[in-house]
Amino acid sequence: MQATHRLDSVFAALADPTRRAILARLASGEASVTELAEPFAMSQPAISKHLKVLERAGLVSRGRDAQRRPRRLEAKRLGEATKWLERYRRLWEGNYQRLDALLDELKTKPQTPGDDR
Amino acid sequence: MKTADSLKLTTPGERDLVMTRVFDAPRKLVFDAHTRPELVRRWLLGPPGWSMPVCEIDLRVGGTFRYVWQHDRDGTKMGMGGVYREIKAPERIVNTEKFDEAWYPGEALGTLVLMEQGGKTTLTYTMRYESRAARDAVIKSNMESGVAASYERLAELLASTPARGPA
Repeated sequence: MQATHRLDSVFAALADPTRRAILARLASGEASVTELAEPFAMSQPAISKHLKVLERAGLVSRGRDAQRRPRRLEAKRLGEATKWLERYRRLWEGNYQRLDALLDELKTKPQTPGDDR
Repeated sequence: MKTADSLKLTTPGERDLVMTRVFDAPRKLVFDAHTRPELVRRWLLGPPGWSMPVCEIDLRVGGTFRYVWQHDRDGTKMGMGGVYREIKAPERIVNTEKFDEAWYPGEALGTLVLMEQGGKTTLTYTMRYESRAARDAVIKSNMESGVAASYERLAELLASTPARGPA
């Protein structure tokens, strides 16, 4: 199906730091373009351009209020894309917590010479 | 206590997966833990229930490494390996990597960078796949796993990516 295509557009949308920051902002509630532009040193047209990319990827939609036209996060779509990242992150965090413990142990031991193997 | 959320994972660009993590140790030790088999096999294990019976490392440019993991209960094996392309101890390693039964086309190129400051080491590991399709195949293959992300953690994950990083 178009699942692959959709994923492509989602990850392309997520590749940009400003767009990730917009999503993070929308995760705490819907906001108008003006409100979204505030924290960024960017013009509203520039923000609108980013929003268009996010809308095309299905990550952001427009709310009912015709005047404010608030944007809202499509959490389900974002969830599909980040589910994997979250699982992968947990797997590696497990590895790295074991590494933390190992490093603590190595720190208390006298250093072994690094030339032998 | 160390927080379980200190690992940052991002997908900048079209072909990359990047992990960043800080360790409370000098980078010499972190480097050793990535390059000495007797140390690697103690932590690079993945999900619970797996061990690493094979861990061979020929640490020189053009040398190879070979890892095999085995599930303790059913004996399932999973192997991967690659070739070292660049080694600059104790700060940088570049190597190719490929799973024996890779579900994505081509090899990935892994770049490990260790930066030390004030006795702590920041690890950045970048995996670059051959194409966007390959990276997305890696991602998509894991999507049915049913581990739902809580949106709070999600927001954290998103917020933790720098708003103005290097391109």
